[in-house]
Amino acid sequence: MTKKELSVRAIKNGTVIDHIPATHLFKVISILGLDKSKNQITFGTNLKSKQQGHKAIIKVAKKFFADDEINKIALVAPSAKLNIIEDYQVVDKKTVTIPEQIVGIAKCFNPKCITNNEEMVTKFSLVEPEPLALKCQYCEKITNEEHLEVL
Amino acid sequence: MKDKSLVSITDFSKEEILRIVELAAEFEANPNQKLLDGKVVSSLFFEPSTRTRLSFETAINRLGGGIIGFTDSSSSSTSKGESLNDTIKMVSNYSDLIVMRHPLEGSARYASEVSDVPVINAGDGANQHPTQTLLDMYSIYKTQGTLDNLNIFLVGDLKYGRTVHSLMMAMSQFNPTFNFISPDSLKMPDEYKLFLDKQGIKYYEHHEFTDIIEEADILYMTRVQRERFSDPIEYEKVKNVYVLRNAMLDNTKDNLRILHPLPRVNEIHTDVDANPKAYYFEQAENGVYARMAIMASILGVK
Repeated sequence: MTKKELSVRAIKNGTVIDHIPATHLFKVISILGLDKSKNQITFGTNLKSKQQGHKAIIKVAKKFFADDEINKIALVAPSAKLNIIEDYQVVDKKTVTIPEQIVGIAKCFNPKCITNNEEMVTKFSLVEPEPLALKCQYCEKITNEEHLEVL
Repeated sequence: MKDKSLVSITDFSKEEILRIVELAAEFEANPNQKLLDGKVVSSLFFEPSTRTRLSFETAINRLGGGIIGFTDSSSSSTSKGESLNDTIKMVSNYSDLIVMRHPLEGSARYASEVSDVPVINAGDGANQHPTQTLLDMYSIYKTQGTLDNLNIFLVGDLKYGRTVHSLMMAMSQFNPTFNFISPDSLKMPDEYKLFLDKQGIKYYEHHEFTDIIEEADILYMTRVQRERFSDPIEYEKVKNVYVLRNAMLDNTKDNLRILHPLPRVNEIHTDVDANPKAYYFEQAENGVYARMAIMASILGVK
């Protein structure tokens, strides 16, 4: 078997975040603060994927995410897969899980909630991962998958 | 519970609820205790609520505390565009305790995070009104001599009524039996029934408001509000169905008491008022003692 040409060049050391829905690439970049990072970052989007149709991929050199840091992207990219790269080799693989506390990522669907009327950070607790149900820690209303909006 | 904010009824444990109920009885027996002498309480009403505000302000006055604040947001700097964050930060520098009513849901939780002093939620939109729940529980305790093993009937708007939801959650810690009487369009939401199922608490749902109330220890009436109905015909159909009349009380238990958070419109006929089982006006008075107990506990003077 011949080795396929990579759409996004390999990195020597760092993290590859694969299987991001193409529509959510820039949300993932923003949630992880990669737009402010000094690390070398390469990414590709609208790449063909057998599972997803169109996916995006991000490669961050010399960066290894803590679990609670990377889990923040689980709301927008639940199918994301992480490859940890050392010396061009995959040394570990990880998936993401939705954290118990979701801070500053989701928008409460209740228009009468204080979080939609005051400049402040939203906070939710996870009620159910599947189907997704988040409870706003302020107005105590449940936001589900259908009404979920990522900030 | 010193220095603890009261935002949601679930913030208080069973023991803390019982402590408030016992303290309320103490204050009723001896209402003028100057325990808040030298303390300043902020009364911030971002929307008008005459009954709740007067009840709190009476409680503060009886405890000898000072009051600052406003009675609706047009007389506060909110009308100039000040954020809730800034108003609360400023006010918490002036006072020892904040009592707040606000039309937005979750505003009280946010205020309690921003404030350096405890916050008592006097109603945040359709979300929570925990001091109403505690005064309801004091009323139940006072009239029944206990909170345990009671048969509680909730009548009217069980879908949107925040007072019935909070009361139901809090009373669930005392092994009650619940009977829900409402039109189908305003029945108890599934999430609350699921909660009761998990707690192993018995409940029965009814559409007819009939002689089943003969079993009741507490009959908690609520208002069916016109604005809850998208179809005005639906409202016309149910508005006169859930009306309590004196004749319906003939075969009810001697210890039965009728509660209502007020204001009432027509859901309790005025011919009930003279019946010794009518308790809604005393219930409103109990609010003063319950709020004295809550404030004295939070400020650590009792």
